[in-house]
Amino acid sequence: MKFGVVVFPGSNCDIDCYHALRDVMGQPTEYIWHKDRDLSGFDCIVLPGGFSYGDYLRCGAIARFSPVMDKVIEFADRGKPVIGICNGFQILTEAGLLPGTLLRNQNMKFICETISVKVENANTPFTNLCEEGQVLNIPIAHGDGNYFVDDSTLEEMQVNGQIVFRYCGPDGQVIEGRNPNGSLKNIAGVCNKKRNVLGMMPHPERCMERILNNEDGVIIFKSIINYLEGGGIDG
Amino acid sequence: MRYWKDCWGVNSMYYARVFITLKKSIADPQGNAIKEALLSMKYDGVEDVRMGKLIELKLENPTREEAEENLKDMCEKLLANTVIEDYSYEILEV
Repeated sequence: MKFGVVVFPGSNCDIDCYHALRDVMGQPTEYIWHKDRDLSGFDCIVLPGGFSYGDYLRCGAIARFSPVMDKVIEFADRGKPVIGICNGFQILTEAGLLPGTLLRNQNMKFICETISVKVENANTPFTNLCEEGQVLNIPIAHGDGNYFVDDSTLEEMQVNGQIVFRYCGPDGQVIEGRNPNGSLKNIAGVCNKKRNVLGMMPHPERCMERILNNEDGVIIFKSIINYLEGGGIDG
Repeated sequence: MRYWKDCWGVNSMYYARVFITLKKSIADPQGNAIKEALLSMKYDGVEDVRMGKLIELKLENPTREEAEENLKDMCEKLLANTVIEDYSYEILEV
């Protein structure tokens, strides 16, 4: 399965994503410069983390108008999987592919730590090998990860199973004390209604190998491959 | 390359200021931090602080209406995120 990692000016997790997919998962993977417009041949697009355009104006706001994004939107509209991690998540909300937005962390600090997240929906292209309620330990590293969405959209998202990850305690307790950044309902990752577009603040590409003492991120990419190979999700 | 003189007599220059503020329903941690700082400086009368953005633009358009129409489009598409922000603007002819 062929993965494409989009590189915006200011992306800084593109190399990690490329390494995770090509070297760890053994998948053909290519970088896609943000000015390219050809996504033919790709099975999954990754928008990596970083500080595209220096976070000017709002995180992801300017990257959203990079030439490649029209093609990413078309790709997503065709039902193909798109995953945005951290700044990639911010770009997806700015592009309107995902609901809501990411505000400045409530405590105004840049937070860089490994944190527990609970898989709320294991019936997506990105989580189909997880158990519902499974707890993954994945690093976060962001200053603007405070998820917000209006009440009526949130209700709709809950009905549609669009909340994919929530910050939690080590045993899966979703409680305010385990909310690192002020996110509404501890939300750490959401998908669109069709579930083929996922945005998440935690960085699975940073915990893929035993040498790093954490391989919890592997299951996300394994799930995508499983989905692309025809396995995985109901309905 | 287009030069200003090529447009002389066709377009007018407008100066626009766009004000972007967080919607009232959105918490503003930056505003709160500023408020706390002001209170710690003994400015006791500070009830609330909200922080926003000011964007200044020079626009070249045939009419004020067209300049305004473009500006509104820019606000909706890029300058503001209407999920969390409100915007207002003023346009002056230069």
